[in-house]
Amino acid sequence: MVQVRQSTVIDAPIEQVWSILRDFNSHDRWHPAIAFSEIDGGEPVDAVGSVRHFRLADGGELREQLLALSDRDFRLVYCLLEAPLPLMNYVASIRLKPVTDGNATFWEWRSEFHPPAHRREELVKLVTEGIYQAGFEAIRNLLRERPVASPLQARPPVVAPTPSAALPRVVSTMSSGQTAKTRAILVERYGGPEVLQLKDIALPPPAPNEVQIRHTVIGINFIDVYCRTGYFDLLRPPGVPGMEAAGVIEAIGSEVSGFSAGDRVAYACPPVGAYCERRNMAPDLLVRLSDDIPDETAAASLLKGISASFLLHDVHAVQPGSVVLIHAAAGGVGQLLVQWARHLGAMVIATVSSDDKARIVDRLGAHHVIVYSRENFAEAVMRLTGGAGADVAYDAVGNDTFGGSLAALGIRGHLVSFGQASGPVGNWDIGRFASKSITISRPNYAHYTDTPAKLSPHVERFFAALRQGVVKIEPPRRYSLSNAGDAHRDLESRRTTGALVLVP
Amino acid sequence: MTKVYVSSVIPAPAAEVWKVVRDFNALPGWTPFVTESRIEQNAQSDQIGCIRNFVLRDGGRIRERLLALSDYDLSCSYTILESPMAVENYIATLSLTPITDGNLTLAEWQAEFDCAPEREAALTHQIGTGVFQAALSALKQRFGR
Repeated sequence: MVQVRQSTVIDAPIEQVWSILRDFNSHDRWHPAIAFSEIDGGEPVDAVGSVRHFRLADGGELREQLLALSDRDFRLVYCLLEAPLPLMNYVASIRLKPVTDGNATFWEWRSEFHPPAHRREELVKLVTEGIYQAGFEAIRNLLRERPVASPLQARPPVVAPTPSAALPRVVSTMSSGQTAKTRAILVERYGGPEVLQLKDIALPPPAPNEVQIRHTVIGINFIDVYCRTGYFDLLRPPGVPGMEAAGVIEAIGSEVSGFSAGDRVAYACPPVGAYCERRNMAPDLLVRLSDDIPDETAAASLLKGISASFLLHDVHAVQPGSVVLIHAAAGGVGQLLVQWARHLGAMVIATVSSDDKARIVDRLGAHHVIVYSRENFAEAVMRLTGGAGADVAYDAVGNDTFGGSLAALGIRGHLVSFGQASGPVGNWDIGRFASKSITISRPNYAHYTDTPAKLSPHVERFFAALRQGVVKIEPPRRYSLSNAGDAHRDLESRRTTGALVLVP
Repeated sequence: MTKVYVSSVIPAPAAEVWKVVRDFNALPGWTPFVTESRIEQNAQSDQIGCIRNFVLRDGGRIRERLLALSDYDLSCSYTILESPMAVENYIATLSLTPITDGNLTLAEWQAEFDCAPEREAALTHQIGTGVFQAALSALKQRFGR
């Protein structure tokens, strides 16, 4: 977590400064970074809980919610709901104090947030200088320009600038009449689900070492959300997200051997670019599909199945009798882990967020299902194991569950943290892990799958598990390619169960 | 309950200002109205609960107990045990806040107390202007502006 704290003195009475800052919808009238502001749903600007919707000068959009407002303390607190930048868990406050000798105002603007490590400095600088210091200067100028005590200029009737007008970038690949085109979801800037826009992009013939694939079904994974927001930099705008799909090879480059046009294939690997009708890619990590594996099953489960395979066999070798704790057990990987761990002879304790999800996981064969919103899962695990705790915890929920997962482990337990759907886990002092000799793993998909030699055992094991009925894949929820934004919204709401796919 | 609040911008970094005001026994060194001060019972001046016993330029004597001292928040709270001012339940807090823009310091001094209604205006002026603001002005001058 980082804290940013900036403060200044404005040469104006506190009432005057407060009358501007207290208006939660005023930024577009003074802050240089904000081109347009409106309150969602026409709520009053001083209603705690109201949400403002900003369009930035550079075309980005964000939403912020008013958490607290005090005319007594001259204080205002708000948080980010959606942003084009990974300012995770951003909460900020503005506080004014009178300077009583003279008639000036002390103004403090501070925030806390969790930036991804590799963008920490850039984001701290942006918040410090681009938002707070620029805001100080803008208010100073505003007060200098306008006569004392005149109210802030009434809002002129505004027409929101269309985002495309503000976007400097035109898709470079979309021009000449000769190049073939394909429909794709293009991310032109990092942001919320709304940045997933269907466009026509160029599709050249495959390079000598590439094949061209016509997608029939495209898998959606949480990592696609991280790519869209910029939390991971696997995708650099403008780019096409997606790392999983099934389809048919339509053309092959001159140097490619082992594949031919008409082959049914699937893949679950970088580089990104799966959210489209057709794409070119190197065939190294393509998986050939046999007739008994439908496209939809492959696209919905390959990445998750490979993940489940290495999580249960390589990251931690689950043994008969192992006590295995699985979070988000109704989710894509979660459902596979539950079924497969049970097959391996483990005692499976699963956590879910709702009763509906509990019923699903119960049917999959979990020995115990805990609705963690209702029951402390760490205590439940200890009770169910007679105080012994879990041998391994599979945790892709992150912030909400990490501490509880540690508490649920037994002596020499193993916490496998393979995602952070609820936010980063934060910083932990490893000294405290000594109390139970805990091991932590943070596996990266690529490190277990980035060569054919690493990948193929997992693919074979997963397909065998599918054929033998060890794991069953529920029919995925289908969205058309153009509705990728809706699919992300549903995935991020954590209301979905099982897999989501796009159909071109 | 009467409240008094004053504040000033001190032209120095908060850590430097804190070095001066942190010492509960240092009023003669930085305020214009205290001539001598001692900590009773040989206690340390940063020991919570210690009592400073000081004499004003006009001869009045005041005893105050240290209630809270925070090197983290840069603040100090104390209560009056005895004074010539006829106040009750008097609690005051002096606190510093960094002003990052220019590396300055906001110094705030506030007090709450009970008194006879007819004395309220005079006491508010005496404490707010005569004591707190006068001391902060001296602090501003000390740091050169």
